[in-house]
Amino acid sequence: MTQNRIKIVENILNANDHLANENRRRLSQHDIFSINLMASPGSGKTSFILATIKALIADAYQIGVIEGDTAPVTIDSDKINAAGMPAVQINTGGECHLDAVMVENALNQLPLDALDLVIVENVGNLICPAAWQLGTHSNILIASVPEGDDKPYKYPNIYRGLDVLIINKIDLLPYIDFDMDYFRRGVEILNPGLRSFPVSCTTGEGIDDWFHWLKAKLS
Amino acid sequence: MHELAVTESVLDIACKHAQKAQATKVTDIYLVIGRLSSIVDDSIEFYWNIISKDTICEEAQLHFNRVPAKLVCQECAHEYILEGDLTACQNCQSVNIRVLSGDEFHLESIEIQR
Repeated sequence: MTQNRIKIVENILNANDHLANENRRRLSQHDIFSINLMASPGSGKTSFILATIKALIADAYQIGVIEGDTAPVTIDSDKINAAGMPAVQINTGGECHLDAVMVENALNQLPLDALDLVIVENVGNLICPAAWQLGTHSNILIASVPEGDDKPYKYPNIYRGLDVLIINKIDLLPYIDFDMDYFRRGVEILNPGLRSFPVSCTTGEGIDDWFHWLKAKLS
Repeated sequence: MHELAVTESVLDIACKHAQKAQATKVTDIYLVIGRLSSIVDDSIEFYWNIISKDTICEEAQLHFNRVPAKLVCQECAHEYILEGDLTACQNCQSVNIRVLSGDEFHLESIEIQR
């Protein structure tokens, strides 16, 4: 019997990353722009998606939504269907994040030929989704004002991988002790020059700038 | 929180390479994990003992090489090791910093018998 050391040096999430690349290639082949939308529970992810759908419908864009939840509910996908767009609900069975395999299965259930945009609503969580690539073109986080201004300092990894940051519920700023400079300084350390959109899905403030950015990506 | 899925990936990679090398047993697994990766060693050990049972990796010892988070300031070139909370440059207070190390997250090597 011999004892040998074998050098490997393989990224632990290599299999997931490989499949994520496949998903991205498949979406690009269909001329679809795709978003991995992450946030904590209650930050307004579904409201933000519904507002985005409403704005894009006017320009005849077709949007598919993949909804990730840890429990077997269809609350979110029902809302998307009611807005006239196809949605696939993923029940992660308690897992704290979506992964590339789940997204691949969901893509099989969407009419990709007909779509311009796919939004993946990740499980509400600021830790785990940061580590798992899905294969979308853009990683977007919604940070809402009531969550507090210290979140970039407490959950640095999710901010580091972002392409766009949405700061939601800015209509509540007068009522909440939220130091925007402190918040932005934390974001800047983690992700210098990150594109951000302060919005309110309730009043509509700031949201046109987001639509403008997104439409430029779709055209 | 996602340690189970991570541990399953470690097992998959180790088994794949052990089979390729025609090993009869894997005795040690060496992981390199940067401080910026939010992984708890104890949880991985806990899941490892359960899921490696009845595989070629059963009873293999896990070794964690924790790499410190090293940052460099883009303004004044000051390099520093992150000890606690994330901070701006400790020399010039600039927020324009870059991560040099601490993101590592790979299976470095395995020790096998054959």
